[in-house]
Amino acid sequence: MSFSGDLKRLNAARWRIAIRLTLAMMVLYFGFILLVAFRKPLLASALTPGLSLGILLGALVIVAAWILVWIYVRWANRNYDSGVAALRGRL
Amino acid sequence: MTSSLGEPNLIAIAGFFLFIAVSLGITYLAARRTHDAEHFYAAGRNITGLQNGLALAGDYMSAASFLGIAGLVALSGFDGLIYSIGFLVGWPVVMFLIAEPLRNLGRFTFSDVVAFRLRQAPVRVAAAAGSLAVVVFYLIAQMVGAGNLIRLLFGLPYELAVIIVGTVMLAYVLFGGMLATTWVQIVKSVLLLLGAFLLAGLTLARFDFNPLALFQAAGDQYGREILGPGGLVSDPIDAVSLGMALMLGTAGLPHILMRFYTVPDARTARTSVSYATAIIGVFYLLTFILGFGAMVIVGQDAIRGVDAGGNMAALLLAEVVGGPGFMGFISAVAFATILAVVAGLTLAGAAALSHDLWVHVIRGGHASDKEQLRVARVASALLGVLAIVLGIAFEGQNVAYMVGLAFAIAASANFPALLLSVFWRGFTTRAAQASMLTGTASSLLLIYLSPAIQVDVLGNAVAVFPLRNPGIVSIPLAFLVAVAVAVLWPEPEAADGFSELERRMAVGAGETARSNGRSRNP
Repeated sequence: MSFSGDLKRLNAARWRIAIRLTLAMMVLYFGFILLVAFRKPLLASALTPGLSLGILLGALVIVAAWILVWIYVRWANRNYDSGVAALRGRL
Repeated sequence: MTSSLGEPNLIAIAGFFLFIAVSLGITYLAARRTHDAEHFYAAGRNITGLQNGLALAGDYMSAASFLGIAGLVALSGFDGLIYSIGFLVGWPVVMFLIAEPLRNLGRFTFSDVVAFRLRQAPVRVAAAAGSLAVVVFYLIAQMVGAGNLIRLLFGLPYELAVIIVGTVMLAYVLFGGMLATTWVQIVKSVLLLLGAFLLAGLTLARFDFNPLALFQAAGDQYGREILGPGGLVSDPIDAVSLGMALMLGTAGLPHILMRFYTVPDARTARTSVSYATAIIGVFYLLTFILGFGAMVIVGQDAIRGVDAGGNMAALLLAEVVGGPGFMGFISAVAFATILAVVAGLTLAGAAALSHDLWVHVIRGGHASDKEQLRVARVASALLGVLAIVLGIAFEGQNVAYMVGLAFAIAASANFPALLLSVFWRGFTTRAAQASMLTGTASSLLLIYLSPAIQVDVLGNAVAVFPLRNPGIVSIPLAFLVAVAVAVLWPEPEAADGFSELERRMAVGAGETARSNGRSRNP
């Protein structure tokens, strides 16, 4: 297979996962912001004494950001770096 | 309750001087190794992933985060958390879309990447305009925070306080460059995390280490609605606009983007973002505790009594749970925080002025290392003086809000052009220029027309533009202008350069000589 073909495939794979993860982060975060903007009483409702749905979801958005970053790093360390190393070897 | 805030606090003063002494020592050591532009802007590209992660966190967790958000949560409850969360979600975007291409394609500034396959001069001028607008807004917020902090703790006049901060910061940047600035960020990051953990621990000790008991106490005292969204986001569209600015702005902040050049390769850039995201996330989760802790333990009236904006809430909380000595420690940490961020911003501004404007536009890409370094130092000194003057002029502005505006400018001016330049073959010089100038001008104009300036500052009855944050208009506008211009005026040479960009983005510059854009690589 040609160098430029492999390069294109590798870059395309990285953009594919990068865009999916970015969209996932946007959906989660803007979903949260839209709830804040349009469903105020729902977010103020208490799940247990002291814990409102809003505070729980807010903390979960931060945790979700961690998880998405972790997914990307794991993918890139396992799949992307080896592809880059193979291409470099053929330079 | 009575507070000793406003009287000189010996531990705070000792802490200030200790931090200044340590950081000047670092600067002295770094200065001996800073002989060329590679060291001045990029710390010789020898920073490790963990070090850069801490330094990124240090650049990012500004006075707005520590003092501003704790104050916002203390005074308005849940609403303040919207800032905490928004400031974090920008980091995954930086990781997925920007960090690795940036590291492999550029040398010192993000305009290196935008200009990679485009015509140098027009792109650099537009990028420098955007960078400088962001840096100036961000600087004002930090200087105002620093001035107020020192005034309250030392009993010094506000103006003198601003001059002291500006001068000390300049000493790091002028002599130690990026290496000194990076180590100052690392020391500050560790101190800030330690301080926030101690303060949160001492606070939670009063609630059997159960955050829910703290939130419940806040609800009992101030009404349960304090735990849900309230008046701060009265306009839903404004809430979305602020959210867009916070999420996409991080990926356009010149002082953050510049940090990716201090590491040796793309993989280390990736590692450093994951450390930064973890550290910053923990810190923002702690702001939940600090804010509600100050609300319950100090009380909203006492916080407002010291500073109407609530910016001193974390310090008051420290005094109640740990005594004046602990408050002195936390104040010194807050001071270190501001000083470090100001140094990072000044360096980014100096890079835009000297690397982008002087070297690439005025000197056509040819300037000796000695000349570059001299111009960078003169630019830093000018920016330091500008920061002092603006800090004095804007006394009394709300710190977190000003930073929100800097994010809106960054998201509109820098982010669209940066993303499109690495992602879209059809992107052109004209499109980059139009997008960056439109983003900068539209966000600045809409800020001027917003209620914050028209109603609060100028005293008009209504504002022409109803939103307090321009992001929802100016970010899509910058993208639209970019796409429209690129489609109407295609640039075949720029498209030809895309294959080289794709190669470099994946494998890096490797052992081949670094070429920087088409002007030097015909």
